[in-house]
Amino acid sequence: MNRRRVVSAWLFLSPFLLVSGVFFIYPFLWATILAFYQTSGALHSVFVGWSNFRFVLGDPEFFRALRNTTIFAFFSIFLQLPLSLGLALLLNTRKDRWKGFFRLILFSPHLVGPIFVGILFSVLFTARFGMINRFLHYISGHGLDLRWLADPSLVMPALILTSLWMYVGFNMIYFLAGLQNVSDDLMDAARVDGAGPWQRFIHVIVPAIKPVALFVVIMSTIGSFQLFELPYALLNATGGPDNAGLTIVMYLYQHAFESGDLGTGAAVGWILALIIFAISMAQIRISRGLESP
Amino acid sequence: MSFNVFHALLIAVAAVYGALWFLRSDHGTSANTFLRYAVILAASVLVLAPFAWLVAATFKDPDVLNEYVFFPPLSEWSSDTLNFKNLRVLFEPRQTSAGTFTFWLFIFNSLFLACAQTGLQLFTSSMAGFALAKYSFRGSGLVLGFILGSMMIPPILLLAPVYMIIVNLGWIDSFLALIVPSAVSGYGIFLFRQAMLGVPKELLEAARVEGASEFRLYFSVALPLVRPMSGAFCLVAFLASWNNFIAPNVFLHSTHKLTLPVILQQYMGDYSSQYGVFLAGTLIAILPPVILFFLLQREFISGLTSGAVKG
Repeated sequence: MNRRRVVSAWLFLSPFLLVSGVFFIYPFLWATILAFYQTSGALHSVFVGWSNFRFVLGDPEFFRALRNTTIFAFFSIFLQLPLSLGLALLLNTRKDRWKGFFRLILFSPHLVGPIFVGILFSVLFTARFGMINRFLHYISGHGLDLRWLADPSLVMPALILTSLWMYVGFNMIYFLAGLQNVSDDLMDAARVDGAGPWQRFIHVIVPAIKPVALFVVIMSTIGSFQLFELPYALLNATGGPDNAGLTIVMYLYQHAFESGDLGTGAAVGWILALIIFAISMAQIRISRGLESP
Repeated sequence: MSFNVFHALLIAVAAVYGALWFLRSDHGTSANTFLRYAVILAASVLVLAPFAWLVAATFKDPDVLNEYVFFPPLSEWSSDTLNFKNLRVLFEPRQTSAGTFTFWLFIFNSLFLACAQTGLQLFTSSMAGFALAKYSFRGSGLVLGFILGSMMIPPILLLAPVYMIIVNLGWIDSFLALIVPSAVSGYGIFLFRQAMLGVPKELLEAARVEGASEFRLYFSVALPLVRPMSGAFCLVAFLASWNNFIAPNVFLHSTHKLTLPVILQQYMGDYSSQYGVFLAGTLIAILPPVILFFLLQREFISGLTSGAVKG
C-alpha cells in the first residue's frame, strides 16, 4: 500500500472524522463532565458533584417515567413482536403474487414520523367522535365514552395501541427476511417425519430466525427506552394526566430544555445509557444461554 | 348491542372456513389459505383505516367533520359536506417576525433540510465506506470499531452538550445547527462499507492502470456499483430527517424557520377547535415520504434483501 493511497483513504474519512470529533466525541466527553454540574441555560454552570444523580434517583417522577417506559418496552417485546412474527409467517409462502403488495401496505405506517402519528392518533382517540371509540362501539356496543388520553389508566394502553399500528409491519419486514433462512428441504423433511405445525415452528423455524429475532428484540428494546416524540405529540407536550405517559426521555427533555438544567439532563442521559447497555447485554446473555442449555 | 355488517362478516368468514374445513378434499389446505388471507386482509384494513380517515377529515367541511366516520354517503356529497375549507385556512398567510408567509414556507424548510442532510450523508458515508472497504491502512480497524461503538450511545445523551456547542458557535436559530452535526452517519458508513466490500479489486486496479485518480475510483467506479444500496440509504436518511422533531424543536426559534413536525405540533394548540386544519397539514406532511417510497420501492426492497442474503 503506497503512501498516496493511505493519504487518500484518510482524506475520504476526513469529513466524518471532523464532524464526529466536534459533534460526537467532544460532546460525549462533555456529557460526562456536565452530569456533575448544575447549569441554568447554556452559559452558567457550577460544580455540584453527585448531586444531580442523587436528585434524579430520589425523584418519584423519574421512577414514574422509568416504570412507564419499562411497561412500554415490555409490551413492545411480548405483544408487538409476536404479532409481527405471526404476520410474517402468514405472508411467508413459497409463491404468492400478493406478498409484495401486502408487505407494502403493512409497512406503510413506518413512513409516517412519530410526531405525525401522535397528531393523527390524538384525534382518533377522542371520546364520542374519535374513530377508535366509534369502532369499539360498532363491534361491541361499548366504549364510546372512553377518554383514552385524559384517563390515567388508559394513557399507556393508548400509547401501546398506537405503537402497534406504527411498528408491527416494520418489524415484520425483518422477520420476513429472517424466514428466507428457513430451509425448504428441512421443512419438507419435518413434514414427512410427521411433525405438526407447532413442532415445525419450534424445531425448524425458530433456530433459523434466531439471529434476526435477537436483532429485532434488542433494537425494539433500545427504541422503546428512547420513546419520546409519540407521547409528546399524543399528549400535547405534557406527561399526560397524572404523568401517566411520562417517559425517561421526556423527563430528560423537561429538565434540560424546559427548565434549562442541562446538568440534570446529562445525568439522566447517562442513567438511560447504562440501563439500555445493561438490558442489551442481558438479552445477548440469555440468548446464548438458550443456545447451549 | 345491535347486529350489524361487521358481525355478519365475522359469521360469513367462520362459515366459509368451516365449510372448507369440513369438505377438506385437500387436507385443509384451501381452508388454511382462506383463513390466512382473511387475517392478512383484516390487518391491512386496520393499517389503512387511519390513512383513509385522515384523507376524509382533510376534505370534509369543518361543520360535518364529526357527523360521518369517514366520507359522507354519496347521496350527501356536495360542497357543503366536502370542500377545501381546511386547506384554505391552513394556507392562509401568517404574520411572523420576518414578514408574512404561507404554509408553503414550512414545506420548503422541511424539504430543504431533508435534501441537504440526505445529500451530505450520502456523500460522506459512501466516501468513508469506500475507504474502510477498499484500503488497508493502520487505524482502519479502530475507525470501524468507533463507528460500531457510537451506534450504541443513545443520541439524547449528547443533546445537552451539543446544545451548548451550538450556543457557543452562535448557530441557535440557524439551519447550520441542523445541517452540520447530521452531515455524517455512522450507520450509513457501516452500510456502504458492507456494500463496497463487494466491489471487485481488479476493477479498481484496471482503472488505476489507466491513470484514474483515487477520487475517480470512488466516484466513477465504486459508487455506481452500489446504486441499490444508495437508493435504500437515501430513503432511510430522508425519512429520518423529514420526521426529525427534537433537534429542530430545540435549535430553531423563529416561526419562519420551523419545519413541518414542529409547526404542526404547535398548530395542535393554535387550531385546537378546528382540528381539520392541522390534520390537513399532517396529510401534506406525510405525502413526500410516501411518494419517495413508491419511487424507490424496488431499490429499497432489493437493498433490504441483499443485506439479508449477505447476513
